[in-house]
Order: sequence, then structure tokens, then C-alpha cells
Amino acid sequence: MVGSIAAIGAGLAVIGAGIGIGQVGGKAMEGIARQPEAASKIQTAMIIAAALVEGVALFGVVVALLGNNVGA
Amino acid sequence: MYFNCIFNFKKISLSAVFALFFAFFTLQAQAQDSIDSASSVEKMVVKEDHPEHHEEKFDPTVTILEHISDTHDWHLWGHTSIHLPVILYTPAGLEFFSSGNFLNEHHESVDYTGKYNTYRNEEEHIRVIGADGKVDEQASAKVIDFSITKNVAALFIAVFIILVMFIGVAKTYKKRVGKAPKGFQSVVEPFIVFVRDDIARPNIGYKYERFMPLLLTIFFFIWINNLLGLIPIFPGGANVTGNIAVTFVLSAMVLIVVNVKGNKYYWSHIFKPDVPFWLLPIMWVVEIIGIISKPFALMIRLFANITAGHIIVLSLISLIFIFKTLAIAPVSIAFVLFMDVLELLVAFLQAFIFTMLTALFIGSAVEEHH
Amino acid sequence: MELVTPSIGLVFWTVIAFLFLLLLLKKFAWSPILNLIHDRERSIESALTAAENAKDELKRLTNENEQLLKEARAERDLILKEARELKEQIVNDAKKTAQVEGAKMIAKAKQEINSQKAAALDEVKNQVSHLSLAIAERVLRKEFSDKAKQEELVSDLIKEVKLN
Repeated sequence: MVGSIAAIGAGLAVIGAGIGIGQVGGKAMEGIARQPEAASKIQTAMIIAAALVEGVALFGVVVALLGNNVGA
Repeated sequence: MYFNCIFNFKKISLSAVFALFFAFFTLQAQAQDSIDSASSVEKMVVKEDHPEHHEEKFDPTVTILEHISDTHDWHLWGHTSIHLPVILYTPAGLEFFSSGNFLNEHHESVDYTGKYNTYRNEEEHIRVIGADGKVDEQASAKVIDFSITKNVAALFIAVFIILVMFIGVAKTYKKRVGKAPKGFQSVVEPFIVFVRDDIARPNIGYKYERFMPLLLTIFFFIWINNLLGLIPIFPGGANVTGNIAVTFVLSAMVLIVVNVKGNKYYWSHIFKPDVPFWLLPIMWVVEIIGIISKPFALMIRLFANITAGHIIVLSLISLIFIFKTLAIAPVSIAFVLFMDVLELLVAFLQAFIFTMLTALFIGSAVEEHH
Repeated sequence: MELVTPSIGLVFWTVIAFLFLLLLLKKFAWSPILNLIHDRERSIESALTAAENAKDELKRLTNENEQLLKEARAERDLILKEARELKEQIVNDAKKTAQVEGAKMIAKAKQEINSQKAAALDEVKNQVSHLSLAIAERVLRKEFSDKAKQEELVSDLIKEVKLN
């Protein structure tokens, strides 16, 4: 039971990260389309931002993992 | 930074071929196993040190966790594995013996009586067995395991590879002073220059030179270990950078370097931020949490990314055994192939991000003006 | 839980392995590699700068040569001009001197001619006076016999003299 709840928690964390990374990527694409000469800078910034968003999601996943293991 | 090169078709196809090769290798190894024992399905569960699981149903979670966690012997194929040394610190003294002692000739798990205690390998935790044949929890808590486990061995192999690679390259540099790079040197140089020009210099500023060795070591250490982790056969296969202990050490190094090298502006920003005085205590708490949470995020990010990659690949392989049919194998292999290629990208990306954020933190700590 | 709990043994070995790697690489790999890359970049940069400088130098030299050539040409023109002027002056001077000399000679000649003429006139006058004296003598000899005729002759002769 706890495992299932933990899995739902991980899933929710992933939804947030998905939205976040989607936003980052989409805006970066727009930025690159608007200013192709700044592509490399935008890419760097995009990857850092994506990594930060992803980090938060991974916290969620780790907490879910912890919860799962503690419950079991 | 030009990531476009990563998407270069030739390279992708090359890595695809490699991934395919490795995937078949895994499959072949497993097929080999199935000849050895009657059931290939059970084989995944049957670790040589857990013969009591013989009749157990295939449980992907157990299998996957076994594969991504640390072990005391390095499983090669079938019943063959490298028995790594066990080093135990006990209050009475150091114990040193081979992990092969935990197995008898029938590959069954047994207890081993060392110099000071009797030990049992319980789910890869070395426990002390009391006189009554049961685990002595109190004594076990005092025993610290410094064994050369699979991850430690893989770590040493990676360190050896990195040393050979870069000291060799350094020799080439010394031999060819002032000339254009050649051979392996020209493979490595773009990455070194990349770390210098795209990671260190823009984030740290003119003081970047002092931190170059640390950044380069972190970058290549993580990258090489990530790549070795993707190789499913012997020298690789260990989940080194996907182990929280390793990422913990790396991020602890970052924490120490950032705070030791932090200048007065960095500390005044933490202890004397520009806020009303009654907010200061709250700010201190927030800032100190900030100091800890940045490297903590680094630790979790690298650990979770690499572990997640391994879990996904193993889950896809497990599909074959869950459905108990080879028909699912092509689908599974195709997905594994895709994931392996993606993991190649992630291996580089995580090394890059770890180094990048390290440089960013160092940069904020050594920044002169405010 | 186990997955996210660092084991002390692995932490210990990782610290050792990482520090070992860091120190060895720093000493034997990163310092020489970074220094040599840096040196190479600097040497390339200095070579480029030197090439640029050489180009500038060449340009400067070409300009200087051109300048020198121009100056030399100007000098030559000047010298030629001066020479021409000098020549003209000399010719003019010569012409002037010749003119003055010629005028002088002409004047002298004129003077000579005048004096010669005067001398000649004197001579002629003398001759005339002699002649007239001779005539007068003859007339006197012939006419003294006839008084009337003598007087007539004298007056005629005097008339004739006046005509001259």
C-alpha cells in the first residue's frame, strides 16, 4: 500500500518536472528561433535550468523511494 | 558549447552499434545462463549466494535493486564471480578475508568464522553472528565494513583508466610542445578546453585557473564512471556514480571547496544580508540551509539520474522475464538500445551539469564585488 | 532506504580514490596539459601578432620607399629646374654682354668713322685750299695781265668755294 502511494508521489513529482522542463525547453526553442546567434548561450542556460527543475523532481522521487522503503 | 555534435548522425550510429553489441552480449550471457540451469526465468533471481531463492517467482524489483546496489563479489556470469576482499573494522582489530568464504562449494550461503567473530553476509550487509547462531545486533553495529566491494573495485578501475589516459596524454603534450594535437590528444583536448572555456571561465571569472584541476577531475571522474556504468560486462557494470556514497563524497568535496575558498563578500552575504535586523536570524537559517542544499542537490541529482537510467534499462530487460517469452525480446532490446543511447547523452550531461554547477557555486563564493 | 544511505566503507574508499586521483592528475596531467595548451595558445597568438606586425612593417617600409622615391624625384626635378634656370641665366648674361660689347664696338666704330670722316674732310679741305691756291696761282699768272679778267676769275672762284 505504502509502495503504491510512494509510486503516486513519484508520478506527481514527475508531472511537475515534465511541465517545468517542457516550459524551459519550449521557451529556449523560442529564444533560439528569435535569436539563432545566441543559440549556444541559450542552450547552456536551458540545460542548467532543466537540471535545476529535474533536481527538484528527483528530490520527490527520492522521498518517494524513502517512503516506500520505510513503509515496507 | 556545441551540443549539435552529439546529435551528429555518424556518432549516433556508432554508439547505436555499440549499444546493440552490448545488448546482445547481455542477452548472450543470459542465454548461456539458461543452458547452465533449467529455467532462465529463475536464473535472474538465483544469485549464487542466495540458493534458497531457487523456487521463488521472478521479482523484477529484487533483481533490479540487486543489480544497482553494491555487492561483496563481482558477478561475471553463471556461477563465476570475482570474490572481492572483505575488510572489517571491529573493536578487536581488523578482519581481512575473501568474500568467497561466504559461499561453500555448492554456491550456498554460509557463515564464516574470522579471527574475532563469526560473520554472515545478510543481503550484502556483513553481520556478526552470536553464539546462539543468530545475528548479534549490538556487535554488528560496532563492525564497520571497509570491504573492497564491487563499487570500490570499479572505482579503482575507473581511477586507473583515468590516470593512464591523462598521464599518457600529458606525456604526448610534453613530447609535442607547441604542435597541433594528434591522436588521442586531439580527442581529449576539446573536452579540456570545453571545461576551461565554457564551464570554468564564464562562471568563476579570472580566478578560474586555481580551480581547473578540481573541475577537470570532477568532470572526467563522473563522465568515465558514468560510461563504465553503462557497459554491462566485467570492467563496467557497477553503478558507481549511481551510488549515493560516491555522489555524497563528490558533493562534500564541492561543499568544502566552496566554503573554504569563499571570500569575505560570500560570508558577508550570508551573515550580514541587506535586511532589517530582526530578519537576520531567519536569514541565517535560510542561508545555511542554502549552503547545504546546493551540494545536496548535486548529490541527489547525479545519484538519481544514473540510478534511474540503470533502473529503466534493467526494467526493460526484465520485461522478457516477466512475460516469460522471447517474443518480447526484440521490443525490449529496441527500447534498451534507445535508452542506452540516451544514457550516453545523460552520462555526458550529468558530468557537465555537476561540473557546471560546481563552477557556478565556486564562482559565487570567490566573486569580488557585490 | 538502503539505496539512499551512503555506506561508510564506500565513502571512505571514494574519498581516498578521489583525492588520490585529484592529486596525481593535478601534478602529472592537468598542470602540464593546461600549461602547454596555454603556452600554445599564447604562441599562436604571438605568431599572429608578429605576422600582423610584419605586415604593418612591410606596409610602412613600402610607404617609406615610396616617400623616398617621391622625394628623390622632387629633388631631381628641383635640380633640373635650377640647372635650366642657370643655363638660361648664363645665356641671357652672355647675350647681354655680347650686346653691350657689340654696342660698344659699334660706338667705337662710329667714333672712328666720324674721326676718319673729319680727317678726310680736313684732307679734302686742305686739298681744296691747295688746289684753290694752285688755281689762284695759275689764275694770277694768267690773268694778271688782264686786270678785268683777273677780278672776274677771283669772284667766280670764291663763288665756287662757297658752294662746297
